[in-house]
Amino acid sequence: MSSLRLAALVLLFPAVLAAQQPANRTQPPSLGPAVSLSLPRIEERRLANGLKVWLVESSEVPLVQLNLVVHAGSGDDPEGEFGLATLTAAMLDEGAGARSALEIADAAEFLGADLSTASSFDASAVRLNVPARALADALPIMLDVLAKPTFPAEELERLRQERLTALLQARDDPAAVATPAFTRVVYGNEHRYGTSAVGTTATLTAFSTAQLREFHAAMYRPSNATLIVVGDIAGAGGFTPIESAFAAWTARGAPAKKPVAAAEMRDGVQVVIVDMPGAEQSQIRIGAVGVARSAPDYFALQVLNTVLGGSFTSRLNQNLREEHGYAYGASSRFDMRLSAGPFAAAAGVQTDKTAESLTEFFNELTAIREPLDADELGKAKNFLALRFPGSFETIEDLAGRLEELAVYDLPQRYFADYMANISAVTAAEVQRAAEAHIRLDDLAVVIAGDADRIGPAVRALELGPVRVIGVEEAVP
Amino acid sequence: MPHVRPLASLVLATGCALAAGAQPSQAPLEVPFRQFELENGLNVILHRDASVPVVAVNVWYHVGSANEREGRTGFAHLFEHLMFEGSRNVPEGAFDTLLEAAGGNNNGSTTSDRTNYFIDIPANALELALFLESDRMGYLLDATSPTLVDGQRDVVKNERRQSYENRPYGMAELTLDERLWPAGHPYHWPTIGYMEDLTAASYQDVVDFFKLYYAPNNASLVIAGDIDYDATQALVEKWFTEIPRGADVAPVAPPAAQLTHVERVTMKDRVRLPRLYLAWLTPRHFGPGDAALDLVASVLADGKNSRLYKRLVYDMQIAQDVTAYQASAALGSSFQIVATARPGHTAAELQAAIDEEIERLKREPPDTREVERALNQIEASFYRQMESVGGFGGKADQLNAYFTAGGGPDFFAEDLARYEALSPSDVQSAALQWLPPARRVELVVEPESAP
Repeated sequence: MSSLRLAALVLLFPAVLAAQQPANRTQPPSLGPAVSLSLPRIEERRLANGLKVWLVESSEVPLVQLNLVVHAGSGDDPEGEFGLATLTAAMLDEGAGARSALEIADAAEFLGADLSTASSFDASAVRLNVPARALADALPIMLDVLAKPTFPAEELERLRQERLTALLQARDDPAAVATPAFTRVVYGNEHRYGTSAVGTTATLTAFSTAQLREFHAAMYRPSNATLIVVGDIAGAGGFTPIESAFAAWTARGAPAKKPVAAAEMRDGVQVVIVDMPGAEQSQIRIGAVGVARSAPDYFALQVLNTVLGGSFTSRLNQNLREEHGYAYGASSRFDMRLSAGPFAAAAGVQTDKTAESLTEFFNELTAIREPLDADELGKAKNFLALRFPGSFETIEDLAGRLEELAVYDLPQRYFADYMANISAVTAAEVQRAAEAHIRLDDLAVVIAGDADRIGPAVRALELGPVRVIGVEEAVP
Repeated sequence: MPHVRPLASLVLATGCALAAGAQPSQAPLEVPFRQFELENGLNVILHRDASVPVVAVNVWYHVGSANEREGRTGFAHLFEHLMFEGSRNVPEGAFDTLLEAAGGNNNGSTTSDRTNYFIDIPANALELALFLESDRMGYLLDATSPTLVDGQRDVVKNERRQSYENRPYGMAELTLDERLWPAGHPYHWPTIGYMEDLTAASYQDVVDFFKLYYAPNNASLVIAGDIDYDATQALVEKWFTEIPRGADVAPVAPPAAQLTHVERVTMKDRVRLPRLYLAWLTPRHFGPGDAALDLVASVLADGKNSRLYKRLVYDMQIAQDVTAYQASAALGSSFQIVATARPGHTAAELQAAIDEEIERLKREPPDTREVERALNQIEASFYRQMESVGGFGGKADQLNAYFTAGGGPDFFAEDLARYEALSPSDVQSAALQWLPPARRVELVVEPESAP
């Protein structure tokens, strides 16, 4: 977008001179001065109904992206009602205002708009990507979906069956089984993070439209939301039509919210095999309770994870894929949420190398606690910092980054400071982060694979007690 | 590196003003470019878009699994993996390490018709990307060894396990191609290859393949992003001119492909629900009928109001999902409809309802609104594509795709015109001509055992 434009041209003039010389391949060409991030101006407003608004003008393409973020997600599901937040979000466009589900879809598609609803553990959203010239026509549809969903009983029944069937289908797929099985072992049945956002067969079966209405009424309020607008706002007639549309959203007051409780670390290494007879690969997840997005060592953790399993040249991928050829790829991730989400290292490995792969995982989880050398540290920091300016390319990218600021209450300075914050991370800070958050004595090891074929070798590793469960227990 | 199957071409297509109705039409979006050819035959296309300080370096080699021979299926893709393992002046592992240390992102993919590679990198590291790209184009074999081939063979076998054998319904699409295309036709075998052929691939195969297909005259290079045209052209000349031209590559000459009957297949898989695949042989990418079949697919299965979705998923609720797409490819395409049954329902029920809807489309043209709705979606997706220069499907990749298809890199307007020109009766005609019930593959995946 034009607001991010950078005068990088000057960097190329030395190259023009160099082009007169034959190519010297004895060493890689040196890089020009690093590009810097030219941040777009974010205009902040607050509407009379309390809705916070962030605006970024960008006219590269005649499109506008509107993300209305509601600060309530699966983390706000009441006890025993796991799945309520995502089902509520999914039902928003299944009937709203005077329109039916089919009429909403037809109207949005006819405008060339992409109107969608979504929900995570930390937030829900109604998102609209629309040609600027059609924004005025799309706004009333978006407002109905956000503020006036009708939650028709027959549509709830249809979505319920769709979701129950999706849970059934997940049990076919080792990759889809391993992740929810892992979080259940790490967090248990009671903690919200122990169950997938979508809920379970039992909770899905029990939901009524009254519960959805109640959740919507409690949480979807201007004072509990942020509106992000990015793109060709001028081409869409300026902010006035957007302001008038959202000013009509009148739900007053702030919801009573209870943060997700901190999860307790379990003691010891536990191994769970989800039996999937005939599987050609074992889907492995190894990890524990990780950290919250507000972790003070956030930047050190980004560097740590990049080295461990966050890039192609990361240790896990190099080991399991490039060195041993056991897997198509291996990775790791700290899933940071409002409360401490899971840390997991993951790969799908060929069945007959499952135990060997586990050994390599543990080798890497052990080695990452040793100090990094300067090259590896530098590579990871550059990888994170230097690609950062490119992560604002599309209006959808930029709106997504702004959502992150809104949901985790990060300062606007966050973007401007990001590259410097990454650059400042030291090897000692990475080591402290590894020691604090990768504790080899407290790990869940979950393997979705063929128990008969992998069981004996896995047990022989003596990592900890081994339990074999069925897919129905893994994805209830 | 993943091997990525081609998406329905609709996603990449452009669209326009028919849909706008009373609203003013938008200014045309242009993709200005500079094109030149080096003496060694390398075609180069430059496009400046400085919206973010990033440059996309995108290379297409005009070779895919269609160029393989039987007994060595999967080789073009296995070879793609070796392109990341080092070249004369780039030690093993350094390709990715250098790019990551510069803030870059890179990948490659193989289809039946081509192999593409992209490097997206901060603008200050353009020359590093050109060094790496040119070194593997010119001097790959100096670094390739039988050991490296063995290593990537294992990785690719695990890719096949992960993406096909261990993925629910993953083997169905391989079987579908075997039944659609006759033995001896290069689309008959899978791009990922057969396990025994992956085992058989040798180091000598790598040498031969590289010499024949990875010459500059069989490649095209697009550089898009925050660039200066003159400076970038000079850099391309500096790094690529010295690579020698190779022999001319003869185009693939496939045997005729024609279905003369209904090919029925039932497979078992470790799944809980039956899935139905219907598939027809259809015109090649950009051939007459190709765009109309994109619209047929859209009318049938894009969005809640599409005919198959509304009937099978929304109203009758006998299906969990339904998709339809024209899988466009250079030597010929296939049109596919895929639907998964809800618990308690059968593939036969799905097929009966789908056939009724296809017959209805053949009897009478779709409503104007149905077609306009589809065109408006196509138009918007075109603008969205204009925002990204890199990756798979960004502008650099699309310029290379259009160039390769023979229409010139800036084929966006002509591509759009293919759709603009279509009327509801063209959609009806395409269904009539290309979706005959008596000449198609009907493949059903059944659960191995009742859930």
